[in-house]
Amino acid sequence: MAASVAEDAQGPGSGGPNHGLRIFLIWLPIAVAADLLLYFVYGPHMPPGKMSNTAASQQFDIKVMSVLAAPVMAFVLVFMAYSVIVWRHREGDEEDGPPIFGHARIQATWITVTAVIVLFLAGFGTYELAWPGFAGAGAGEGPAPIWKPDGTPLQVQVIAQQWRFTYRYPQFGGFETTALMLPVGEPIQFNVTSLDVIHSFWAYQLGVKADANPGVNNVAYTTAQQTGTVTVRCAELCGLWHGAMFNFGKVVSVAAFKAWADKTEVQLASVTKILPPYATTYDPTVVPQINKAMAKAGIGGANGYYYPPNDPVQP
Amino acid sequence: MAIETQPDRAQGAGGGQPLTGSSARPWWRRPAIHTAIAGAVIGYVLGHLLGDYLTGATGAANQYPNIALSDSEDWPITLGYVFAIVGWLAGLGVFNDIFRQMIGRPNHVNGNGLPEHETSGLARYFRYSLDHKVVGIQYLVGMIIYFCTAGLFAMAIRTELLSPVNHVFTSQVYVEIVGEHGTMMMMLMSSVILGPFGNYLIPLMIGAKRVAFPRIEALSFWLTPMAFLILLSALLLGGFPFGWTGYAPLSIQSTVGADAYAMAFGLMGISMILAGFNIIVTVICYRAPGMRWSRLPMFVWAMTTTSFLMVLAAPVLVGGMYMLLMDRNAQTAFFVDRLGGSSYLYENLFWFFGHPEVYILALPGFGIVSEIIPVMCRKPLFAYKVAGAGMVGVGLLSFFVWQHHLFDSGINPDMRPLFMLTTELISIPTGFIYLVALGTFWKAKIRFTVPMLFALGMYFNFLIGGVSGVFLSDVPADTTEHGSFFVMAHFHYTIMGGLIFAFMAGLYYWLPKMMGIKLNTTLGKWQFWTMFIAFNSTFLPLFAVGMAGQPRRVFEYALNLQPLNVWVSISSFVLGFSILLFVINFVWSAVFVRERETGNPWNSRGLEWQVASPPPADNFDQIPVVLSGPYDYGVKDAQPVADLHPPAGVLSAAISQSAAIRAEA
Repeated sequence: MAASVAEDAQGPGSGGPNHGLRIFLIWLPIAVAADLLLYFVYGPHMPPGKMSNTAASQQFDIKVMSVLAAPVMAFVLVFMAYSVIVWRHREGDEEDGPPIFGHARIQATWITVTAVIVLFLAGFGTYELAWPGFAGAGAGEGPAPIWKPDGTPLQVQVIAQQWRFTYRYPQFGGFETTALMLPVGEPIQFNVTSLDVIHSFWAYQLGVKADANPGVNNVAYTTAQQTGTVTVRCAELCGLWHGAMFNFGKVVSVAAFKAWADKTEVQLASVTKILPPYATTYDPTVVPQINKAMAKAGIGGANGYYYPPNDPVQP
Repeated sequence: MAIETQPDRAQGAGGGQPLTGSSARPWWRRPAIHTAIAGAVIGYVLGHLLGDYLTGATGAANQYPNIALSDSEDWPITLGYVFAIVGWLAGLGVFNDIFRQMIGRPNHVNGNGLPEHETSGLARYFRYSLDHKVVGIQYLVGMIIYFCTAGLFAMAIRTELLSPVNHVFTSQVYVEIVGEHGTMMMMLMSSVILGPFGNYLIPLMIGAKRVAFPRIEALSFWLTPMAFLILLSALLLGGFPFGWTGYAPLSIQSTVGADAYAMAFGLMGISMILAGFNIIVTVICYRAPGMRWSRLPMFVWAMTTTSFLMVLAAPVLVGGMYMLLMDRNAQTAFFVDRLGGSSYLYENLFWFFGHPEVYILALPGFGIVSEIIPVMCRKPLFAYKVAGAGMVGVGLLSFFVWQHHLFDSGINPDMRPLFMLTTELISIPTGFIYLVALGTFWKAKIRFTVPMLFALGMYFNFLIGGVSGVFLSDVPADTTEHGSFFVMAHFHYTIMGGLIFAFMAGLYYWLPKMMGIKLNTTLGKWQFWTMFIAFNSTFLPLFAVGMAGQPRRVFEYALNLQPLNVWVSISSFVLGFSILLFVINFVWSAVFVRERETGNPWNSRGLEWQVASPPPADNFDQIPVVLSGPYDYGVKDAQPVADLHPPAGVLSAAISQSAAIRAEA
């Protein structure tokens, strides 16, 4: 009975302006304009940019989601704005509003449309993750990754500790450096691990984020498409100096990278001998032993540290 | 469950008789907050001494090597807190009734068979009162204090973020403040609506004279000041550097402030379990005749769903906090990878609680606004069943999405499409709340009262917050957004923009009912507009800040983000000022002006509005018989919502009919 009252109250023959049509006509240009602006004007500049294939796929994802979200938000906002203007209480009117308890078709439509949008997004996101070209979208996949790029990726180990990132290149003798240099155009495999607490390796322009857990090797892939600077920040609160745990990496040409790697391998050979052998995870208790070994070999300062404990550099 | 108008026997073991005279002891000899404080102090000292003994500060170390290996202050602090909690409760008189029953002495019950409670005077608000209305007001004042304290920490955070190079606080202090703000808000605001409004209003809304477990309800409140003070005391112990999430192994590495964090959070978890449990039983068992599930106010649906979440999720938190304390204090290795444990265990335990927790924060907000808009629109709530399905759907699905906090952490990569799917799916029932709202606004007669303004603000804010959640649920996009200010903006929009705006709406709406006084409307409108504009000005830019690469919980950020951060910080100061406006309004109206507002100022059909404001001591003279739903606005010749003085035949017929139905079954 309530439903039939609802139908009567809303039927097209009930007189008065067609609010639904009005709302639709206000919504349509706003939604279309927003979508065009988002896709074509802002789209190419959306974060995180296109410096790597993973970043580009994330940018595309964000573009698609924005294009879907804008009309949905516009609809709710237009409806609410229309309501507060057209359906506000007029002075002196003490009547209640029409007793509309529900409307089966509108409810069914809403549920269907929201379900379709949401399921599409879930499928789309899965596609972006699993499609071979994207190789996991730069997210850390744990020690047994299932979405890998084609070819043999360059191995870069990221060792996170409180409060610094260091990088080891096993294919170049396993030297450890604070400089992150990467070649353009080749697939890169980041093996992220930690020596103490949970950190997170976030290379912003590359669209890579992988948590660093002690005793765990977290693998993430990317392929850089452009040369440039990469900002690396720790993205998981790891204690006192988490806010200062960042550095800058560089993506350079393949030749320049090879030259740098070979040169550094030779330069750091004496230190590499003393470091623990390259492994995907390390026992954190090994760090004090390194310090002792360094001091014994006469490397490092009087305090025995390889990396001097000065205050982190300001950005 | 028989509903009796007059009890035929008083409750209590040993055949107790109602007390005839009031207690003649002076106020300072009766258990109240002052005895509770004394008990807590004595308990802390005893616990600390015991801990000192166990750790060998007095020479017994050799017997307990595991304990001696931990930080020498861990056990004294932890045991100190445990004994302090027991002392606090003992000082309040929580155990008195239990001991009395154990030794066979009668409990005090009044003429209605309800546990005796004082019905007047200011002192009862400082006691372990068994009147759900008193507990509601106690929760209200407590929650406002906790919110403002945590808000001050937020002001400090934004002060530090004015510049990436000039530091107001040391990094140690900054990370402590970040942890305090986050933990205080997430921990204590989980009961910000269920505590004051749930406890106060649910019996009134369902036609009951009491809650099912008044002692458990009062206990759930009195644990919150203790949790608050223990959390604050962490600052005296050097704070904790791991934010509200407490990830091991950082939390195991930390000094004694982490023990305070674990104790406070675990205690609040227990408070949540107790509060939720009481609400569930009350709603199931104490509804008046005629109050079918299909006539239940949407607020009660939201509270019931929230309570289920509390009861099912909080135990996991308590377990996780306990394991953390053991790892820290007794050298167990639940979360230490190199000794056979796993840091992932903590993350999963925490987020299995943590995700339902955020729905514990969001659902009450939905309930309040769904309750307010029919009254202010003078229209029925559109699609009541869909709204109910939304609440239940959100509650149910909230247990299946927790790994979306762990997409980049190295979990099994197969899990991520699954959790992406469930997280996307949960936005469907969340969307129902908007379907119901838009349908209620259609052809309505909207009155822009202060509660309605806050409700509209809530819908606006939660739209942004909810849609940004969809962005976060997409795993590739989450790779950039996780751990950044995008997440910060998302949850502040949903929690502060959703829950706190709904809290304000509920407060302005129900304060006439709860305290019989009106909050100043002009000041309320000023507060709303300042808060709404400042809130959006503060948190909208943070989406951009996060996408541009600023991680969470950092005190240094890229120089090119400074202008945005400065804008956000200044807006946050204005936001803080709007909360100050609220506090001024509240204190001014409730304490000084006290402009009486009895009766039904909003012309609401809710059952709680059909009794006096504030309600009489036992809510209803007789259990009412509910005749129709609360949202029948605009219906011609609508039945009144309930018959408050049903003739004797009606009630006994209802009772015997339900008894007959039960006999058949």
